[in-house]
Amino acid sequence: MSLGLTSYGARHVQAFLGSLGRLARNPFSTFLTLIVIALALALPLGLELFVTNARIATGGFANAIDLSVYFKADVPLAKAEQLAKSARARPGIAQIDVISADAALAEFRAYSGFGAALGVLSANPLPHVLHVHPASDAESAASLEALRRYFAAWPEVDLVQIDAQWVSRFNAILEVLRRLLIIAAAILGAGVIAVIGNTIRLEILNRRGEIEVTKIVGGSNGFVRRPFLYAGILYGLGGALLAWGIAASAIGMLAAPVAALARTYGSRYALIGPTAQELGILIAGGVILGWLGAWLSATRHLRSIEPRA
Amino acid sequence: MIVFDRVSKRYPNGREGLSNASLRIEEGEMVFLTGRSGAGKSTVLKLISLLERPTRGTVVVGGKNTGSLASRHIPAFRRRIGIVFQDHKLLTERPVFDNVALPLVVAGTPLKEIDKRVRAALDQVGLLGKERALPLELSVGEQQRVGIARAVVSKPPLLIADEPTGNLDPDLAVEVMRLFKRFQEVGVTIVVATHDVHLVRELGLREIVLDHGHVQGTENDPLAGMVATR
Repeated sequence: MSLGLTSYGARHVQAFLGSLGRLARNPFSTFLTLIVIALALALPLGLELFVTNARIATGGFANAIDLSVYFKADVPLAKAEQLAKSARARPGIAQIDVISADAALAEFRAYSGFGAALGVLSANPLPHVLHVHPASDAESAASLEALRRYFAAWPEVDLVQIDAQWVSRFNAILEVLRRLLIIAAAILGAGVIAVIGNTIRLEILNRRGEIEVTKIVGGSNGFVRRPFLYAGILYGLGGALLAWGIAASAIGMLAAPVAALARTYGSRYALIGPTAQELGILIAGGVILGWLGAWLSATRHLRSIEPRA
Repeated sequence: MIVFDRVSKRYPNGREGLSNASLRIEEGEMVFLTGRSGAGKSTVLKLISLLERPTRGTVVVGGKNTGSLASRHIPAFRRRIGIVFQDHKLLTERPVFDNVALPLVVAGTPLKEIDKRVRAALDQVGLLGKERALPLELSVGEQQRVGIARAVVSKPPLLIADEPTGNLDPDLAVEVMRLFKRFQEVGVTIVVATHDVHLVRELGLREIVLDHGHVQGTENDPLAGMVATR
């Protein structure tokens, strides 16, 4: 039993090494095929990284829906804080930040680029503001509307703004991109299958004589097919690793400019590369597509090669 | 070992390769199939090695009816038959060792065992030391012997050869036939198709004569003749 298993394993190792050797003997054509596969895999990977980074860069606010409560200009800070305190007791509210007019002005001066111009103002034109984060179970349109009415009912309040529209737009854009990612992955995945299938088909035609002889001496279809399946797997694996390389160098090239862009928004955001999970999906995807392309092609074309003495 | 019972083979192009042919080859026997080209010699060998199936009648090889053998069992069936071709059918870009080892590799033989048996087979055909040579670096006679080594390396009980001496000069042809005779002496059943009647007569072995797809009779064996004319 163990002998049988060993020789079964040995046959697979043989087929694997044989396929590897054959690819290595034609480095140029192998490389061209790998490039095509890598580009097809790198595009969906790039989209995925773009969506992930966009989501993380825009951080909490992509998910959080906030209310901004603007007080009338003559309402003193103490009153605003007192009202905030009473609102915190209300259900449906996760957190309330009081932003004083002075703090708002300082922030505006620091980040808006109008610092010098603001210096000529004699008085602070900004009101005190409450940033209200609804509890996660109170983010529906109805409960947000209830919250808006609650704050709007206070006589001290000038305006209640729900910062929801651009958030939902932004989320919609990300959703479109994610769909695009799935479509691109499907189309390019089919492309990878076609490229590998065609490569394997040519390989089979090139080795027609060898396949015939192998069948004559009693090689089963499975035995004859095995090296082609390994070749497909190796193409898929090599293409996936190359796609990783392409993505990594793209990130390397973008890191500095993106960091510079982030600094202008007062963020320390740095681009993140593919996670272990994304890499796992990339490599498994490459291997599976390679195997599938080779299997489809080999099963179809090997059947037509029967020995004729 | 081999029984043909009223076997006919019609090819897709309409050519009749074999007509109502019956013959019987015993285990351990060495038999020649003779006749002009197109007489049906190759058809008999193809039917034995399951490269073709009979249109009518039954072919039984080693107790197995080839007409009803499922396709998935064909590889295992062929591993019990060594085949020698006139054009050798060697893999020209692989060294002699790989060519001879192929039937063992296909059967999943352990590597150590493969090494030993390939050397033994090459020794039997007098080509020990040529393992690393490529087939095209060898003479035609040597290539044919590589083909024979490949056919016998897995020690099949049945060896069939289609015009194995067709491309060889008379001395080499005799040498190849003597080689077959040695395998027969250790118990292998051997069927050789050839048009070289002189060589066959010289060896004095049974001969099944084919003509236009019909078994005409046999020499040196009245029993098989009765079967053939039944």
